[in-house]
Amino acid sequence: MATAFDEMRGHDGEEVRPAYAELERWLKEVPPDVLDYRRREAELIFRRIGITFAVYGEADSTERLIPFDVIPRIMSASEWRFLEKGLTQRVNALNMFIKDVYGAREVIKAGVIPEDLVFRNPAFRPEMNGQSVPHDIYIHIAGIDIIRVDAETFYVLEDNARTPSGVSYMLENREIMMRLFPELFSRHRIAPVENYPDELLASLKSVAPLTTSRDPNVVLLTPGVYNSAYYEHSFLADKLGVELVEGRDLFVKDEIVYMRTTQGPQRVDVIYRRVDDDFIDPLAYRPDSVLGVPGLMSAYAAGNVTLANAVGTGISDDKAVYSFMPDIVKFYLGEEPILKNVPTWRCRDKDSLTYVLDNLAELVVKEVHGSGGYGMLIGPTASKVAIEQFRAKLKTAPNNFIAQPTLALSTSPTCVEQGVAPRHVDLRPFVLTGRNGVRIVPGGLTRVALKEGSLVVNSSQGGGTKDTWVLDK
Amino acid sequence: MLSRTADNLYWLSRYVERAEYLARILDATQRLSALPLAYVGATNEWESAVLTAGCATGFFQQYDEANEENVTDYLAFSTANSSSIRNCFEMARGNARAVRTALTMEMWDAINGTWLELKRYGNGPTSREELSRFLRWVQESSLRFDGSAYRTMLRSDAYWFSRLGVYMERADNTARILDVKYHLLLPDNERVGGPLDYFQWAAILRSVSALTAYHWVYRESLKPWLVADLLILKEEMPRSLASCYEAIVRNLDQVANVYGRQGPAQRQARGIRNRLQNSQMEGIFQRGLHEFISEFITENNRLGAAITEQFLL
Repeated sequence: MATAFDEMRGHDGEEVRPAYAELERWLKEVPPDVLDYRRREAELIFRRIGITFAVYGEADSTERLIPFDVIPRIMSASEWRFLEKGLTQRVNALNMFIKDVYGAREVIKAGVIPEDLVFRNPAFRPEMNGQSVPHDIYIHIAGIDIIRVDAETFYVLEDNARTPSGVSYMLENREIMMRLFPELFSRHRIAPVENYPDELLASLKSVAPLTTSRDPNVVLLTPGVYNSAYYEHSFLADKLGVELVEGRDLFVKDEIVYMRTTQGPQRVDVIYRRVDDDFIDPLAYRPDSVLGVPGLMSAYAAGNVTLANAVGTGISDDKAVYSFMPDIVKFYLGEEPILKNVPTWRCRDKDSLTYVLDNLAELVVKEVHGSGGYGMLIGPTASKVAIEQFRAKLKTAPNNFIAQPTLALSTSPTCVEQGVAPRHVDLRPFVLTGRNGVRIVPGGLTRVALKEGSLVVNSSQGGGTKDTWVLDK
Repeated sequence: MLSRTADNLYWLSRYVERAEYLARILDATQRLSALPLAYVGATNEWESAVLTAGCATGFFQQYDEANEENVTDYLAFSTANSSSIRNCFEMARGNARAVRTALTMEMWDAINGTWLELKRYGNGPTSREELSRFLRWVQESSLRFDGSAYRTMLRSDAYWFSRLGVYMERADNTARILDVKYHLLLPDNERVGGPLDYFQWAAILRSVSALTAYHWVYRESLKPWLVADLLILKEEMPRSLASCYEAIVRNLDQVANVYGRQGPAQRQARGIRNRLQNSQMEGIFQRGLHEFISEFITENNRLGAAITEQFLL
């Protein structure tokens, strides 16, 4: 594994890159205990707001706080313009792909992607076949995970087209930074992110059922207080100014969705749902689900309500499908993909499998349906035993796995116990699609692996977050 | 607003109010039981406390007799008693969390802070002093929550539903005390005026924080019919049935004005308030205090059901 590219000092560590110049000067001026003091202040504020809540279960339920790093991660305006173009292209292609999969299936007929990857995909929803959605938009909110390996190269690590989370951290991190470091802000021109809720609401309203004549009634559907992302749901509902509903607040009558209010039933037009497909309607999917709304799918099929994201978009989260994304982009748009994929071996191909088995110790192997950093093997850091166990799993069901080289994610200066040190980061920008096209707020959620040398940024495994600055010049 | 949101706000307020009431009952009972027998008679104050709290059935399933230790535990800390102070705060906080966005930061701070601090008391205080501190803390927590609601909430349906919860619970609590102690307030009771009852009346007033108010209003020593008058008919007394119903009617009317519609809940509430306004103590005593209060409790429950039916489902 090559040495990582540091976003402040580049590969050689000699010259400070221009986007970080002001930050570097500031870091030299500010005494180290100020950073530490501010970090603790930030933690207090987060606790008080209650952004901690991952309260599962019993009386002494622990309140977990996702660690927040007070040093921002900075991108230049031109870097962002490049990403923005690439993300727009990718999400446009993803939308066309989902429409095609549930429609004409040109992509399969043309042999771009093997049909079993679609039809045997657990996220494939046959009920969506032939179902039209307003303005052909399926993925209204996408979270595309991006990693960087050098000054020029960004890779897409994965596409999250179901119910991506984390946007509340993008917004709260910025609020906190503005409170704690007004002086540092005044030295930069940073593109704002606070308009995200407005953009989101506009996007959601723009995809209301075509028959809606009033101002569309938008709601946010949450699984409830026991969900680990409940804080984000209530935060977003508050910022959007829409009702935060649970399944039991909604009912369907004559294929129309209503919410129960103190003034009687009120019609619902758009549901920003943070409940997975499986749980959304006990009549259509899991009958034991109490989180959903009985009959919702019938109202959806009748075109009386819009679900954002649409049902069945999870196909594109599949890592085997991911490996075909460059071809998918070319197929629908006739363009070269702007954002590259990480080079990927599909273990379903015989030659690739042989290569992967021979090089397990150098590769990262992932389950095609997995997420959250679970069920994967990081060759270089895994024990011999773990590798052999994985080898057995891989041989039994090669179709379930893909492999990638172990990439040196870029690093960014981070406040750790020994002072300020480089730590690996990734980036999740949030891509909104509405009737009037794609909108991306400049920035996103930067996740940082706080342990030295660690490449795992997932919050479930010790990762933290940073504010992400896009310079406005 | 969502019916569930209104429901959560309504019950959030009810639970906080109930916790305070339980603390007052325990406080008053502790005082009574500390008096020499000659002053209070042979009645079991702790049994009376369980009755007043309205959880006798559950209590006697678990215990054979009522004494200081088990009554305090059951009313304040028990997890088996769904209406213990601990559970009231647990449920209030659960309701608050479910409607985070409908609360102001101050209200959330108050209820979340209470819930966090509750853990400090563990399984209950180990001494009388600590228990007293605990009971005072419960009352202060309720005051803080109520105060932050009053001072920071937008005057909209969310506020009115949360107020309704307070007054419905309060009316129920005051009526329960009267119901359990009514025999002390009957003027034909032969023991009237004896030292025995004086402390009982004082305890009643104390458990609805009305002892000082009594002296201000009547400028007399404690008389049973005046105690009843104060707690039932005096509108200027914040925990009287009349005052609670004045507030219930007012808040329901605010809702009706904004929603543009009067419903069964409004009509029922006005009916109860009118009856209270048109009553006099003589008449109530003639018809029977016990009957009057029992009827009131039934009516109050019926109104609770009507509010639920009309708004909260």
